[in-house]
Amino acid sequence: MRAKPSLVALSVAAAFALSACGQHDDAPKSVAAPGTPVAKPEIVVKLGHVAPMTGPQAHLGKDNENGAVLAIEELNAKGMEIGGAKVKFELLAEDDAADPKQGAIVAQKLVDAKVNGVIGHLNSGTTIPASKLYADAGIPQISGSATNPKYTQQGFATAFRVMANDVQQGKSLGEFAVKQGIKTVAIVDDRTAYGQGLADEFRKAVEAAGLKVVATEYTTDKATDFKAILTKIKSTKAELVFFGGMDAQGGPLAKQMKELGIKAKFLGGDGVCTPEFMKLGGEATEGQYCSLPGMPLEKLAKGPAFREKFTKKFGGEIQLYAPYVYDAVMVMADSMKRADSVEPAKFLPAIGKTKYDGVTALIEFDQFGDLKGGAISIYQYKGGKLEYVETLGGSPVDLAQGDAKTDVKEMEKVGADAVKNVAEATKAAVEKK
Amino acid sequence: MDILLQQIINGLVQGSIYALVALGYTMVYGIMGLINFAHGEVVMIGTLVSITVAGSLIEAGMPVSLAGMAGLSASVLACMALGWGLERIAYRPLRNAPRLTPLITAIGMSIVLQNLAMMIWGRNYLTFPSFLPKIDFELAGANFTAIQVIIVVVSATTMGGLLLLVYRTKLGMAMRATAQNPAVASLMGVNINRVIAAAFVIGSALGALAGVMVGSYYEIAHYQMGFMLGLKAFTAAVLGGIGNLAGAMLGGVLLGIIEALGAGYIGDLTGGFLGSNYQDIFAFVVLIVVLMFKPSGLFGEKTGDRA
Repeated sequence: MRAKPSLVALSVAAAFALSACGQHDDAPKSVAAPGTPVAKPEIVVKLGHVAPMTGPQAHLGKDNENGAVLAIEELNAKGMEIGGAKVKFELLAEDDAADPKQGAIVAQKLVDAKVNGVIGHLNSGTTIPASKLYADAGIPQISGSATNPKYTQQGFATAFRVMANDVQQGKSLGEFAVKQGIKTVAIVDDRTAYGQGLADEFRKAVEAAGLKVVATEYTTDKATDFKAILTKIKSTKAELVFFGGMDAQGGPLAKQMKELGIKAKFLGGDGVCTPEFMKLGGEATEGQYCSLPGMPLEKLAKGPAFREKFTKKFGGEIQLYAPYVYDAVMVMADSMKRADSVEPAKFLPAIGKTKYDGVTALIEFDQFGDLKGGAISIYQYKGGKLEYVETLGGSPVDLAQGDAKTDVKEMEKVGADAVKNVAEATKAAVEKK
Repeated sequence: MDILLQQIINGLVQGSIYALVALGYTMVYGIMGLINFAHGEVVMIGTLVSITVAGSLIEAGMPVSLAGMAGLSASVLACMALGWGLERIAYRPLRNAPRLTPLITAIGMSIVLQNLAMMIWGRNYLTFPSFLPKIDFELAGANFTAIQVIIVVVSATTMGGLLLLVYRTKLGMAMRATAQNPAVASLMGVNINRVIAAAFVIGSALGALAGVMVGSYYEIAHYQMGFMLGLKAFTAAVLGGIGNLAGAMLGGVLLGIIEALGAGYIGDLTGGFLGSNYQDIFAFVVLIVVLMFKPSGLFGEKTGDRA
């Protein structure tokens, strides 16, 4: 009984695979979209999405996936036409468990499945090794949340991100600490590519400003007990504890600081700027600060509408990166439309030329694939809510990067102009609100 | 000096948690020579059940302390049933199979339970309702809380109670007999199926207790919390001599203190060459050294036929 329909499904899948190879004109039209007999040929665009769906960061992974699902549903509802054919987007969601090894395995799986593009991964630690596989296969990759600078510094033409990187974020956090009149800081990181990278950039920024780093301690992205390292930090009497890592560790860390009678302030990056952090840290988080790349959703023209759509569809709050992932999908689709092709080799150059007015920012990429002029906003945890404090930076992406390509000088100028434009655009958007 | 004291307190509390979980491992191993790798997951389920029960009772307006007790009892009962079920479904059919088979089943059950918990409780972190008033103590510059004292006391009394059970009751005698030689014990009229089931049930009840303790200490729970905890507790049990109840307790406390001191002083000891990212190394180096010179663990009896 079951054998027959699955055979049909298989042949349909095979037909899709063929059509993706560029022979879409011959694709069987009637089977392509059951229920909606269309006159035009339809092509299926497979987008891979990778984030941890199991493990300690599964809640963030699901949030990312929801962002992608929302974007894909909207694209399909809108009905895009590329190269004269109707396009149907399909999401291949994979789980990398925030583990670099598994990240590479699922990346290979997506490459073998011949996806047209990849959205993700969530973590820098998984994104960096996976990006090589995508680059070798020529598959464009846009991450909505991997902020480690190394991701785009490897010289891969396929690697993009729609979020400010940690060079910008670490610098802004450092500036903020200096502004708070802090003299001595302790730094804790979780030894992941993200946590370590952010902590290193923060250290550079505060040391350059003459602050003293009195303790450097480490934990892991699976730890629950931080008392041993916190006791050591207590003995140094640091005025501020900076944490490079995610909310699942940051929350308990803040709580245990309080239990040990540590009076120091807590400061963290985007990984702890979540509702989950406050839930886990309880009252210990009250009055502390964290940062997020970009501007707060409320201050963006399309922000509140996105939040409403999201909560209506998934019945829960946005955890963290969902809007960025949503934008990443939209940028990918937008590039396909501009290139009028769904073939990676053809629409990849178009991604670099993106100028897309997304939910999170006016998205443009520099020559490395980094978001141009990413701003960093500081938030304070207040009464169980994240309260916007100020936006720092919006400075041009650090161009003193290792493997710079040829036209850096020229790009620098263009980049600076673009940054000015973005700054003005965001300012205008804020005022409009 | 206050730092040293604080680190020892940190280690003692952490170690008592390891010990409480390690008792479950060692109890099952002592009787049937099986390492029940799903024990960490039993602990996790204990925590999550108590959160659900206590949380919903508190929401229904029950006093916090009463709801806490109800949560604890519910989780102990649930875990006892789970332990019994595990033994019945996953281990009893394999009692006469080669030793590797039940070990693999144990790992399989651990994965099954984790995913089951993920389906029931979701991927998000859950916060544990605070059962106990937040009382902070300060002693010579070291801070500790009421729950930390309770954890240490509970795990010490539990171990004492277990020792009494094993050496002073009829069930204990049957357990020791089964441990020595199941075939002969059954010839002497011991119902070994019941004895082994009892070991699993008691071990799981301890796991539930440990789960509630862990939950109320860190006030956070997650479907994957059992894995690392189980691994550390297993290490503690091996360190103390697996199969030996007092050994599990001492192994746990020792492991906790070594970890805390390791994390606190490794940087100073090596002049900054190694940081607290190497804190686990201390515990495992000690484990390797103990196993090299005393393969049966610190307090283990020589049981050459049990690997």
